[in-house]
Amino acid sequence: MLNIMIVGVGGQGSLLASRILGSLFEAAGLEVKLSEVHGMAQRGGSVVTYIRAGESVASPLIPKGECDCIISFEESEALRYLPWLKKDGTVVVNTQHIQPMPVLTGAAKYPEDIRGQFAAMNVNVVAFDALGAAVEAGNARCANVALLGAASKVIGRTPDEWHAAMRKTIKPALLDLNFKAFEIGLKAG
Amino acid sequence: MEKKLALGNEAIARGLYQAGCTFVSSYPGTPSTEITEEVARYPEVYAEWAPNEKCAAEAAYGAAVYGRRSFAAMKHVGLNVAADLLFSASYAGVNAGFVMCVADDQGMHSSQNEQDSRHYARASKVPMLEPSDSQECCDYVKLAFEISEEYDTPVLLRTSTRVAHSQSFIRLEQRTEPPMRDYVKNPAKYIMTPANAQKRHPIVEARTERLIELANTDRLNRIIPGSRKIGVITAGIAYQYAREALGDNATYLKLAMVHPLPTTLLRTFAASVDTLYVIEELDDFIEQQVRALGIECHGKDTFSLIGEYTPERIRAKILGIPSAQVYDAPAVPVRPPVLCPGCPHRGLFYVLGKMKLTVSGDIGCYTLGSAPPLGAMDTTLDMGASIGMLHGRNTVRPDEAAHAVAVIGDSTFIHSGITGLVNAVYNRSASTVIIADNSITGMTGHQQNPTTGVTLKGDVTAAVDLTALCHAVGVKRVRVCDPYDIAELEQILREELAAPEVSVVIARRPCALLKTVKRGKPYTIDASACKGCRMCMRIGCPAVSFADGHAAIDASLCVGCDLCARMCKFGAVKKGGAV
Repeated sequence: MLNIMIVGVGGQGSLLASRILGSLFEAAGLEVKLSEVHGMAQRGGSVVTYIRAGESVASPLIPKGECDCIISFEESEALRYLPWLKKDGTVVVNTQHIQPMPVLTGAAKYPEDIRGQFAAMNVNVVAFDALGAAVEAGNARCANVALLGAASKVIGRTPDEWHAAMRKTIKPALLDLNFKAFEIGLKAG
Repeated sequence: MEKKLALGNEAIARGLYQAGCTFVSSYPGTPSTEITEEVARYPEVYAEWAPNEKCAAEAAYGAAVYGRRSFAAMKHVGLNVAADLLFSASYAGVNAGFVMCVADDQGMHSSQNEQDSRHYARASKVPMLEPSDSQECCDYVKLAFEISEEYDTPVLLRTSTRVAHSQSFIRLEQRTEPPMRDYVKNPAKYIMTPANAQKRHPIVEARTERLIELANTDRLNRIIPGSRKIGVITAGIAYQYAREALGDNATYLKLAMVHPLPTTLLRTFAASVDTLYVIEELDDFIEQQVRALGIECHGKDTFSLIGEYTPERIRAKILGIPSAQVYDAPAVPVRPPVLCPGCPHRGLFYVLGKMKLTVSGDIGCYTLGSAPPLGAMDTTLDMGASIGMLHGRNTVRPDEAAHAVAVIGDSTFIHSGITGLVNAVYNRSASTVIIADNSITGMTGHQQNPTTGVTLKGDVTAAVDLTALCHAVGVKRVRVCDPYDIAELEQILREELAAPEVSVVIARRPCALLKTVKRGKPYTIDASACKGCRMCMRIGCPAVSFADGHAAIDASLCVGCDLCARMCKFGAVKKGGAV
């Protein structure tokens, strides 16, 4: 069973990323379950999508300590969901910071030196500026696909399979842009 | 056969299509909304947004009585609104099949309470089916229509957030549309006068007995064999968690129908296992009935009445296997949902907070105006409560009527704010009601409503004129303004609060996420002009932060709405790239 979580801030485009993964595993002939967040949390709250693929999948939720790869669209969100990561699992994280409202109001502090915290706990981390990669590819909204590119080494499957999954889930007009973002992410990963 | 990865809600829509459902009417509510959005894509199915769940259920029930399979979807609290129809439709029965979907929200991901809607099935004496994945969502819709027609009853289909918003594979099948059923006038069945209803009630009780017989067959409830040391009675998403947690270490009685329960099957199943568990989220609905049969079982002595379950919790409690968790939870500040950058409600709540008003709130995106730093809300209970509660407050505190307002969105106002407004006018209230009109149903993800002039299917239709509507119910003072013109809004509110009668202020500006709303270039802060007064921080915009003595704007979040520029007295907030 392969367990993946996509975490981030509501509105960052995690639903598209999870659909690409669903399509990827479907084409590989695996049983797939995805659990998404809709509604209130999408308004800038902390959001999580669970993706599970294997011979047989019962629960759509991933138990704590059993996630192979956490893909985080925002740096502190990677820290929040760390209890779900399994031993030797990998965190792929966008180094972008989006301050939550309690930090903006001064009621709380944004976590310091997150990569240092991961290093101290011996967590495998791939950290890079996915937003910058997306801008380089031509559109800031492709940060999600750049992150998938970086995660693709951990998740496996061939570049052709990834491209096929993107063709199934992304509008044709935006495909080249997303392929480019995926490539930049792949190199960063 | 073609298969597809589908959300539970999409699978229900497919099930409706395949089962030949012809009429769907709903009011949006998380986690049920996508059912109706998805079913609207099928040209063979008529689908509409209704003003509220009661209207939706009544319309769908009418379509069923007059001959066509019909359906209404709602969230759990929506069934509270539609329950009036349900209890009497239970007596009258159906003609063509009538199914209502109720989506519970364990864990309250997007709801104001965690009610367990299974109680409605028992209270109204109608059968309730509960799927555990997308394929079952699709299959149970068909089954629900068959039961509805065979047993002459409305049928409830219960989902939960993790079924409605999880994707798994479904098999796509063809649509089979039953022909229109004849309608025969039958007052004794469809007119619920006391004399008729008295004759219908015994029919309902006999129907429940027949449904219990059906429940005892494997057409509905099945046993998944495993070790007989542990027996698990479960349904819905809890079944999936239990399967993940216990695997072959248990034998399962997986209920498709959670009301009425299969009494014979429960007894024989209980007798076949050593230790019996009932695993169900929220209330001890099944457990109590199992115990009432004289069967010993574990349930809420082991598991919580509150929130969602997880496979690891079930595994730990029953098998004693600890969680595989490796890393402790690091300290991370909470990230609550917030009003989006450019949200029209932001200006409104800034003004309400500045004026230190008591704010009677309502259900919608604008409930987020309650969070710091805006913090401009006192109460939020149910759809429409803002106006009713304000009228109650102002009646018992007449001297303070000028210090309080109600805030209600356009869609919520149409849903059930109008009657509260009629009550306020009729009973000579001095209430000031603000309709936060963002020209769409926002929180549930942009559904059309009677004020937008467009139907669910995208056809142009009459739009409710809110100003004319308020005048028509007797409100003489109706004002319209832009909530981003904070000076004008404050002036209007002062005038309306001073008036000793009902006033309505329509704060109108479209939702910033609408495609028709142009995203402006991000604003920037001229650090040399910024005095560090933090006025721009008071509006609680996620794009505006403060560090090293001055404000900063995150260009990746800013939509160029200009509200922070309006707050700045020093001209430090500059339009896109002007620094």
